[in-house]
Amino acid sequence: MSQSALNPVYRKRLLRHRIGMALSVLAMSIGLAVLLWILSTLLIKGFGGISVAMFTADTPAPGSEGGGLLNAIVGSLMMVALSTCISTPIGILAGMYLAEYGEGNKFAQVTRFVTDIMLSAPSIVIGLFVYALYVANVKHFSGYAGTIALSLIAVPVVVRTTDNMLRLVPNSLLEAAFALGAPRWKVATLVRLRAVKAGVVTGVLLALARISGETAPLLFTALNNQFFSADLNAPLANLPVVIYQFAMSPYDNWRDLAWGGALLVTFSVLLLNILSRTVFSQKTPK
Amino acid sequence: MPMPIPIPTVSVKNKTIEISNLNFFYGKTQSLSNVNLDIHEKQVTAFIGPSGCGKSTLLRTLNRMYDLYPGQRAEGSIMYRGRNILDPEQDVNMLRAKVGMVFQKPTPFPMSVYDNIAFGVRLYEDLSKGEMDERVEWALKKAALWDEVKDKLGKSGLSLSGGQQQRLCIARGVAVKPDVLLLDEPTSALDPISTAKVEELISELKEDYTITIVTHNMQQAARCSDYTAYMYLGELVEFGETDQIFMNPARKETQDYITGRFG
Repeated sequence: MSQSALNPVYRKRLLRHRIGMALSVLAMSIGLAVLLWILSTLLIKGFGGISVAMFTADTPAPGSEGGGLLNAIVGSLMMVALSTCISTPIGILAGMYLAEYGEGNKFAQVTRFVTDIMLSAPSIVIGLFVYALYVANVKHFSGYAGTIALSLIAVPVVVRTTDNMLRLVPNSLLEAAFALGAPRWKVATLVRLRAVKAGVVTGVLLALARISGETAPLLFTALNNQFFSADLNAPLANLPVVIYQFAMSPYDNWRDLAWGGALLVTFSVLLLNILSRTVFSQKTPK
Repeated sequence: MPMPIPIPTVSVKNKTIEISNLNFFYGKTQSLSNVNLDIHEKQVTAFIGPSGCGKSTLLRTLNRMYDLYPGQRAEGSIMYRGRNILDPEQDVNMLRAKVGMVFQKPTPFPMSVYDNIAFGVRLYEDLSKGEMDERVEWALKKAALWDEVKDKLGKSGLSLSGGQQQRLCIARGVAVKPDVLLLDEPTSALDPISTAKVEELISELKEDYTITIVTHNMQQAARCSDYTAYMYLGELVEFGETDQIFMNPARKETQDYITGRFG
């Protein structure tokens, strides 16, 4: 063996390194195994449910054959897209406010604290909140109510990631911009925000992924609709609630559709993630 | 206790900046005591001294960089072109457009080489595309960087090497045509070849600009500067023409520091 193998300090360190490495690999394998298990089950069971009809036909009535998820797909897309449009500007601007004025400012500290609570709040509470404040007042379920609930879930995610990302920007970069005589708002937008653009976009996508699969807040707000509807002011079909209802139904075609829908949601989010990573990793050479 | 300042034996030159009775505080800690110093037009003034002596702090008062941090404050007066820039009425953005700064570590903005230069220019000037192209080329040539980057103006500033990035930052500072350039240890993160390039640049730039440089490298101060200020523990120990400070310092502390018999 080499000389280093004889050094007792080095041998001890090597042993500790190997134990640490083994534990890390073990932990990683457990996590990965569970994830692969879920994904493979989803793939095997969900693939059977995917067909052309899934994208062209509406949800079937009880007892009828076939059917698809068209109304649920359209409803989900509408609500998720609208929520993203609402929560992205609010979240990014609020995150910028926290990063710029967050130090030693009571109002900002409270905002940051509330954001953290909102991040871990059970989503069913958000659903009930919107139900009590909006649905109970207008006296009907609607796509708008669903959109409000989803936005309330997405905003804190965007705020938190934007704030965290912006605070990673080194002071030296900001000082360099100030040293040219740039006013604060230009430094904040043209230099600071730009430096962490990729991270902020990741935050928006994380929020999008999160609200794509949320079921609980939609149960009390958008509810569901057996028929095709693009009216946001009426109960609106959506994938998560359809999956939830169909998965527990006694009909085989409903359960197949539930698996197919679950596969669709999971892989759209995955695809979106991969796409954003490849697009944005090229633009920021580090 | 304020130390007596020897009268500099210098020929009469225009003073760009006159610092008098300057005190500086980080919260309750005083880090500059009663500094009196003149910075002459189109000359290079070097601040030397051991770490923590206040030379960077002094430099950062000249463009009010400390304003960014609550709790830091300066007392006394810094007259620049007849105005006290410590006056709360002073518009700091206008001041910084006239008194540029280059930092220890290269800090390219997350944008293309071209936009790195154009960013500062666009803040205070409304140039046509052609004029801006000319200005960018002019600034990059001033910083001896044009030949190396002329084919990659559209590439990210972060893709350049460390030495190139630092020269890009100097070009960025020069492009806005300031009056004074403050250099805070501009070569401490660079290799000897890049350092030599930056030093050459300093001697060229002083044709047009008043330059103040903070450096840990005494040879650098001796090579590039016309005036040298030796600082210790927040006080200005000695200030005079560089040749006099290095050949024949008036105070023993200065002599000990520059000959390495410090402490």
